[in-house]
Amino acid sequence: MNESEKRDTRREFLSCLGSAVACSAAAVTAGAVSSTAIGATQVAGAADKPEIPGYDWSKHRWAFGVDAERCIGCLRCVVACKLENDVSLDPHHFRTWVERYVTLQGEDNARIDSQADPINIAASDAEGEYRFSNRYKDANVEKAFFLPKLCNHCTHPACVQVCPTGATYKTDDGVVVIDHTYCIGCQYCVQACPYGARFFDERRNVSDKCTWCYHRITKGLRPACVEVCPTGARIFGDLNDKQSPISQFIQNNRVRVLRPETGNAPNVFYTGTDKDVI
Amino acid sequence: MEALFHPSTFSGYVYPNETVVPWTVLIVVYPYLTGLVAGAFTISSLYQVFGFKQLRPVSHFALLISLSCMVTVPVPLLLHLGHPERAFNAMITPHVTSAFAVFGYAAGFYVLLLILETWFVFRPQIVQQARRPGLLRWFYRILSLGSDDTSEKAMSYDRKWLFALAVIGIPGAHGLHGYVGFVFGSLKSREWWSSDLMPVIFLLSAIISGTALVIVLYVLTCKFRKIAVDVSCLKVMAYALWGFMMFTLVIEGVEFLSLVYRGREGIEVIMEFVKGPLVIPFFILQFGIGSLLPLAVITFLIWRGTSGTALIAGITGSAILVLLAVFMMRYNVVIGGQEISKTGKGLIDYVPPLFGREGLLAAGMVLAVPMILLTILVRLFPPWEEAYA
Repeated sequence: MNESEKRDTRREFLSCLGSAVACSAAAVTAGAVSSTAIGATQVAGAADKPEIPGYDWSKHRWAFGVDAERCIGCLRCVVACKLENDVSLDPHHFRTWVERYVTLQGEDNARIDSQADPINIAASDAEGEYRFSNRYKDANVEKAFFLPKLCNHCTHPACVQVCPTGATYKTDDGVVVIDHTYCIGCQYCVQACPYGARFFDERRNVSDKCTWCYHRITKGLRPACVEVCPTGARIFGDLNDKQSPISQFIQNNRVRVLRPETGNAPNVFYTGTDKDVI
Repeated sequence: MEALFHPSTFSGYVYPNETVVPWTVLIVVYPYLTGLVAGAFTISSLYQVFGFKQLRPVSHFALLISLSCMVTVPVPLLLHLGHPERAFNAMITPHVTSAFAVFGYAAGFYVLLLILETWFVFRPQIVQQARRPGLLRWFYRILSLGSDDTSEKAMSYDRKWLFALAVIGIPGAHGLHGYVGFVFGSLKSREWWSSDLMPVIFLLSAIISGTALVIVLYVLTCKFRKIAVDVSCLKVMAYALWGFMMFTLVIEGVEFLSLVYRGREGIEVIMEFVKGPLVIPFFILQFGIGSLLPLAVITFLIWRGTSGTALIAGITGSAILVLLAVFMMRYNVVIGGQEISKTGKGLIDYVPPLFGREGLLAAGMVLAVPMILLTILVRLFPPWEEAYA
């Protein structure tokens, strides 16, 4: 199978995965549906030339922006992501998460936690519902902010570099995805990601991570987390389109990326961060 | 039903996905086994290639040890994989930029080389056994592959092959193990692993662990066979152990020192780790009891010119401690590296489960496999001098 055929197969797999997820009314059950779809496309993919109707990945260059000044830590993005992408609801598997940085008076460094912190979990009502506990309500807070995190879909992804089979790869439109039918589950990619964006899905025995909701963006929709964000802290769009929200965001702000020293060249751009941000 | 995953507790701030440690004790066993392969092969080759005549009593035995460990090497990896049935994907469509993609080919090549070398070494015995009466004769007859010529001319031809195979085997074994060090050392995401010295450390500790295993098993088998231990052979192995341990300790020390001295981002947490959870596994078990103590004992034995049972007991005891030290070294690298969060601001407290696919019991069973294989191999192909003299 040559490279373009392989990409086509993967494209169809993603397309089918996308439709399976989108069509299922209850997103939690999408897993079973999408695994069936995966099996079917793999066979079909060998014979037909698959394509996502009306979508040409060579025409797009997706990127993501985070305006930390706007994030209020409501965690709707985290919940939406879990439901949309059938991520395990427990507090150890996240395609996206939100960090809270709190500097108390008299302290040099920020105290950091995320919604997965045991204290925050204890403050949540039920599994899969996340919230930040109000633990600093009596403290003298000097500075505090929330920071959403997700896969950076790096230009030079360390995870793709180390994958022994090529199951994880970068699409032409700039998204790093995983072929769950080809992943052997060695977790080398989980180790290699400096951002902790990958995890192992023990239900399917493969690695998993954010895809910027590839099944949605290839249909002209926005990623689920961007869609539900009530404050516009998450920005998504096509860098090829100079009028897109992300192009405007990068043009109008002084943005930074996380950990540029890794050489990964991330494609999630941040404003409103601080020295403590990791 | 067994829990799908075992989350660990943590302190400070760690990324939410880091609470399930990806590589468990099975990935500790994997470099440990490849290390034993490289070490035992070195001992065997010191005789085959470099003519260390004193090592003759253990040379064939060391080769069998190397082979038994090598065929077991893929087992912990396969047990660890989420989809072991897809393992060959890495060989069918190897992703050239991945350090892991080489493994199947490197290991396959090396197993073949070891089998070939073992066959040449034991060919005279195989031919001899094939001529004896009994059912097993058929087994040996098949193994001889129709080559029953044991004339001096044929033997000299075999020796050439053996020499060539050992010459290829030394860089092969060491390359395989240095590569395992690269698997860890090349990752930029973890400060604890990310070091150019990692392959060297892995390699040197491999040689000492393999040598130590040969010492322990040789002395044990002498007891079982009720024959005297060849002291000069044991001494050469003890010298080798001593020398390579010195190198290992120096390089490990330099690596640790430069990590602390560079003091890059996250060093505070690394120091917290070193002074806290690492005290027992690293300073006491790996460094103290496992390295300094045997080094002191062997130095003392050499200095005092000890002989007889005390010498044998001293060297064997030291070798057992070295085996422990190298296991702890693998543990402290593989597990330790994952206990320091990628955030550089938190520590994860990983407690290996006893049961389950990735538990201590499973790891122990994997480590027992080469010993069982070795027991069978030694019966089929006695590696002792009296058998091939």
